[in-house]
Amino acid sequence: MFHWLEKNPFFFAVGVFVVIAFAGLIEIVPNFAEASRPVVGLKPYTVLELAGKEVYKKDNCIACHSQLIRPFKSETDRYGQYSLSGEYAYDRPFLWGSKRTGPDLHRVGNYRSTDWHENHMWEPTAVVPGSIMPAYKHQFTNIADIETAYAEAVTVKNVFGTPYGDEFQPSKEAWEAHKPKVLAEAKAIADDMKDPGVKAAVEAGEVPEIVALIAYLNKLK
Amino acid sequence: MQSNAALEYDYSVARLFTYTTILFGFLGMLIGTLIASQLAFPELNYLLGEYGTFSRLRPLHTNIVIYGFTLSGIWATFYYVGQRVLKVSIAESPFIMAIAKIHFWLYFVGALTAVITLLLGITQSKEYAVFEWPIDIVVVLIWVLWGVAMFGLIGIRREKALYISMWYYIACFLGIAMLYLFNNMAVPTYFAAGGLGNIMHSVSMYAGTNDALVQWWFGHNAVAFGFTVPIVAMIYYFLPKESGQAVYSYKLSLLSFWGLMFVYLWAGSHHLLWSTVPDWMQTMGSVFSVVLILPSWGSAINMLLTMKGEWNQLTENPLIKFMVLASTFYMLSTLEGPIQAIKSVNAIAHFTDWIPGHVHDGVLGWVTFMIMAALFHMAPRIFKREIFSKKLMEAQFWLQTTAVVLYFTSMWVAGITQGMMWRAVDEYGNLMYSFIDTVTVLHPYYTIRAVAGLMYLVGFLMFAYNMYMTITASKRLEEEPQFRSPMAA
Repeated sequence: MFHWLEKNPFFFAVGVFVVIAFAGLIEIVPNFAEASRPVVGLKPYTVLELAGKEVYKKDNCIACHSQLIRPFKSETDRYGQYSLSGEYAYDRPFLWGSKRTGPDLHRVGNYRSTDWHENHMWEPTAVVPGSIMPAYKHQFTNIADIETAYAEAVTVKNVFGTPYGDEFQPSKEAWEAHKPKVLAEAKAIADDMKDPGVKAAVEAGEVPEIVALIAYLNKLK
Repeated sequence: MQSNAALEYDYSVARLFTYTTILFGFLGMLIGTLIASQLAFPELNYLLGEYGTFSRLRPLHTNIVIYGFTLSGIWATFYYVGQRVLKVSIAESPFIMAIAKIHFWLYFVGALTAVITLLLGITQSKEYAVFEWPIDIVVVLIWVLWGVAMFGLIGIRREKALYISMWYYIACFLGIAMLYLFNNMAVPTYFAAGGLGNIMHSVSMYAGTNDALVQWWFGHNAVAFGFTVPIVAMIYYFLPKESGQAVYSYKLSLLSFWGLMFVYLWAGSHHLLWSTVPDWMQTMGSVFSVVLILPSWGSAINMLLTMKGEWNQLTENPLIKFMVLASTFYMLSTLEGPIQAIKSVNAIAHFTDWIPGHVHDGVLGWVTFMIMAALFHMAPRIFKREIFSKKLMEAQFWLQTTAVVLYFTSMWVAGITQGMMWRAVDEYGNLMYSFIDTVTVLHPYYTIRAVAGLMYLVGFLMFAYNMYMTITASKRLEEEPQFRSPMAA
């Protein structure tokens, strides 16, 4: 059998493929049949929050922070209620991370505020002495890409049935009509911040990355 | 074909990939040393502004090492070993030759593009699968080109039966193809939303727990088919060749190959222990991880026993030393992994520095040692020159071995310290330490790790220098050496 396979590369390759594909079929397919059903009350991310999630991805926060609280007393004491599958139903991609060089962030919105994040991202050691996190000052001047975030909302609504309202349509006009809502949400965050440059940018109709990121972090709870 | 005339193999593609192995190996380890130092000395984050933070450089490090250094090494050896075990020269088919050249150049351009997009922060944020869809398409093309070259060579082979190394190269090709395709399924938002926003952006086809499951099915098994399988392919060719010994047991190689193929894929869910993935999958991941010791140790023991009765070569030939140590690190790493996959151990180890420790004893001790030994063995044959310096090679060996030991011991201590401090409670059941206490306590271990990284990098520079001098200045060879690689004093 094996000798024969070694002389017939085609069947050898087929054999290898079948053997390696087997485990995936058994382990992964059943979970897809169940899919991730959202927990009761879970809302999809707003466009501003989606833009913040992009900042989180862009600066690769996942390298040091997890978003998965395991069901241990030490973790629920430290971070809060352990994570449930249905809480991630709108997370594409998932952002659990695999390393905690810094603390878990799955419920950071419960115990950190806008101004805390602002100080922390500007100079981490100012609020956490001994922190080895880099400062992310560039987020105060870089502008977040809210149009792409809107495109993402439209995409997940149309392709995956994520419950966004009817005003989310794949057109420039629909985006222009929605944009003031994003800016109003951004302004509410900027009002809690002290950086004058950020406030001025939001007044002028632009969303600095830090504002979007804080919107996203505040949503995590 | 005259049966008694020696075949003239064509090594032009193997040489090209040899150069990129050295280039990307240096870059990957340089950035690795920098980010290791940043954890010990955070001031080092601001050397390059936005582009120099730990978080931005970390995926650059992993991707250059995996897709730059290791893949180059795999292909450098494939375009060498493939011809020799199939008894066919790639130059016999102008078509395959052209495909192989395109394979290299598309890969090189693709790799540079990937580096730039990662620096700019264009990422899917799925670890080891960070590239956005346009680059994914290039990756798939590169992979297909390799497949055409490999199966093309197989198609025109003279040697009827496939040698063990070929089994593993084929498995590498198929495994990565399957994993990469499924894990990177995504919808580009620009097209789905009528031309709004950034064309590079996409959303994953999978959400939440499902996405995690597919991602770690990929992540773990990309290690299998990128860091294990092709490196085993190398040792099965280069160790017998260099030592002049036959592989110890054919049956053991069969058993460990098919065993590895069957068992490895189940183990992916051990990355998701204590998560929201269903319990039975976690258990499967845990159990199969332990079973995985058998096929892994099967190959390693097969290699070590190949040296039976010839252990004196260990003292005479530094290449044998590299390969035997690589096998030993493979055994260490494939014992350590299953231990970490036991649920109770994982509760402490997960999220800590013990995990990077585990990765690095595998990658530094097993993968890199084996790739360097393979290139050293190939050099006299593809450049027709003696290896420049045996002494330098010896020094490099000891420096890097010390570095690996320092690396994983410091990370073991760091990881277990961290895990224990996170869960420590006082007599009233309250948490004893705030999170920042568990960060600052690691400073000495991070410092040791950075020093270890630097030592390993210096060792790699010695390797690069030795290769450079071999290629450009060493004594020419008239005849191809049969087994042991000729070296200058």
